[in-house]
Amino acid sequence: MTHSYFFITMGWQALDWQAFWLTLQLAIAVSLALLLLGLPIAYWIAFSRWRWKFLMEAVVALPIVLPPTVLGFYLLVALGPHSTLGRLWISLTGHTLAFTFGGLVVGSILYSLPFAVQPFAASFSSLDRRLLAASATLGASPLRTFLRVIVPLSLPGLVTGVALSFAHTLGEFGVVLMVGGNIPGVTRTVSIDIFDRVQSSDYSGANATALLLMVFCFALLALVYGVNRKVWMIGPTQK
Amino acid sequence: MSAIGKTDSVQASALAARFRRRTPALGSSFVLDVDFEAPPGFTILFGASGAGKTTLLDCVAGLLPPDLGRIAIGNRALFDASQHTNLPVAKRRVGYVFQTLALFPHLTVEQNVEYGLDSLPQPERRKRAASILDSFHIAHLAQRPAREISGGESQRTALARTLVTDPSVLLLDEPLAALDAATKSKIIDDLRAWNREHRIPILYVTHSREEVFALGERVIVLDSGRIVAQGTPHEVMTAPLQETVAQLAGFENIFDVTVDEIHPERGTMVCRVVAAVAQDALPFADHSDGGKGTPSAAPTAHRDPRASAPEGPALSLETPLVRASLGSPLRVGIRAGDILLATSPPQGLSARNIIGGVLISIELRDMIVSAKINCGIEMDVHLTLAARDSLQLAPGKEVWLVIKTHSCHLMQRSELLSVRLSS
Repeated sequence: MTHSYFFITMGWQALDWQAFWLTLQLAIAVSLALLLLGLPIAYWIAFSRWRWKFLMEAVVALPIVLPPTVLGFYLLVALGPHSTLGRLWISLTGHTLAFTFGGLVVGSILYSLPFAVQPFAASFSSLDRRLLAASATLGASPLRTFLRVIVPLSLPGLVTGVALSFAHTLGEFGVVLMVGGNIPGVTRTVSIDIFDRVQSSDYSGANATALLLMVFCFALLALVYGVNRKVWMIGPTQK
Repeated sequence: MSAIGKTDSVQASALAARFRRRTPALGSSFVLDVDFEAPPGFTILFGASGAGKTTLLDCVAGLLPPDLGRIAIGNRALFDASQHTNLPVAKRRVGYVFQTLALFPHLTVEQNVEYGLDSLPQPERRKRAASILDSFHIAHLAQRPAREISGGESQRTALARTLVTDPSVLLLDEPLAALDAATKSKIIDDLRAWNREHRIPILYVTHSREEVFALGERVIVLDSGRIVAQGTPHEVMTAPLQETVAQLAGFENIFDVTVDEIHPERGTMVCRVVAAVAQDALPFADHSDGGKGTPSAAPTAHRDPRASAPEGPALSLETPLVRASLGSPLRVGIRAGDILLATSPPQGLSARNIIGGVLISIELRDMIVSAKINCGIEMDVHLTLAARDSLQLAPGKEVWLVIKTHSCHLMQRSELLSVRLSS
């Protein structure tokens, strides 16, 4: 095994498929959770007339600028055995949220929140308000208007939000390391795996893993942008 | 939406509205303050853009809350500030066709029309939709996506989508503004036929004078958030308009006049010009309302057209008949573009006002030539470049002005204006 940084071999046979599988599970869980959680938050951000709404928008955007260690640190504190929330979790499940798959999911949801909410809210805000008014004058409840008018006309934004939060979770590192540690099969994701390999000088294994992750993320993003472009080309008349 | 099931039980109740709403804006704020009743049938809401027509409809539909007042259909209150009643939009049963129509672009024509029938079982929904699509002549479009149909088809679909829900009141915000006259009148015929079976109040917003006469059983004239006149089209549209900044905006020539003669049999009056109103004092808005009087003048000469040579302020104008008494002070507005200019005394014209004068000055503004003529008072006339060249106009030249009776727009001379100007 060579230790040169310039000629790194590919260690395909050494890939940790368990880490890939775990990462995929995490990304699916997080993006689905963000679809459910992000829609009402985005709806509120797009349509609320509350004057202090911008404060909420700033909170949602925080994970973009904060180092993941800050978020991870506060999560550890908030979910640890010394906080009310942590004690509640322990009394329910018998163990702390830290260093579990559940802890990873919670941390990743918070960390990827803006990547789902912002595209959702942007597409809601760009809708023609008269369409929503028309739905209401035709007797539709806000929920029905949401399901039959807002969601179908915001599909490109929803797809973008879900895909971005999915891809962002695939590649996250700091929060996972802080909250989850490195337990194979429980919290050892692909990014931790790569870090671990580099630490132990397994460059060829790191190389193969990193390349695979990059190609996968690229393919996913290309697919999303391609699909959205097609949606846009079918319906460019919507205002 | 429980009443949807009972098609013919819709009560023919009037819409009664008395409310006030202040819309804050930068610098100033817009106040809508109205009190009116719209019985079953057409009621036209007429006014220039910015008069508050759409805001009024939005308040009735519940899209905007008034600050105080009451809006009711029959004895069903939609909004009542004193009772803290404010029915949600979806519960008001107020049909509203927007200026932009707001068809759902991702649904077919049929799905659009069925949208408001959600509470009905599927077969009943289908039946209702098919029937209304048929009566608005768009049955063949049922399966087409709404974003692919033409303008006229969109208007019909929007009307059908709203009417199929059996609303208690129908609000139409210039839904036909973009259509050609033929298509428009066909749609209006269909709407009238529908209204004969469903006697509900229809509030129809327009800024077109022709539409007021074509449609109106009743007219409400809105200006700057207030109702300035209401009645039949004839009563309202022939009464001297309330003079406001908005109305003055379209007129380059404004004169104070007194009524000298009234000829009800000819539908005209003779007004003597007292003084020109200094235009520099008027803060003209940059828009003018497109409505012009319907041209019709009975050619019965009673005055030597050449009698009023440039010899002093003894200038009289023949104007349309309005409700006014002899000697009453009015104001006349004449658009500079409505005046014809002749270099020799014109003969054999239907126009009633032929006034001699002398050209004072001529200047080019953009592509319009503005000529000032002294005919006792000063008049501003707009010409094209070609007209200026072919008439060989130059200061000092003797000219004749030709003004149709219906180009003289009468307004009430109000003291209100000076208040507005100072505020």
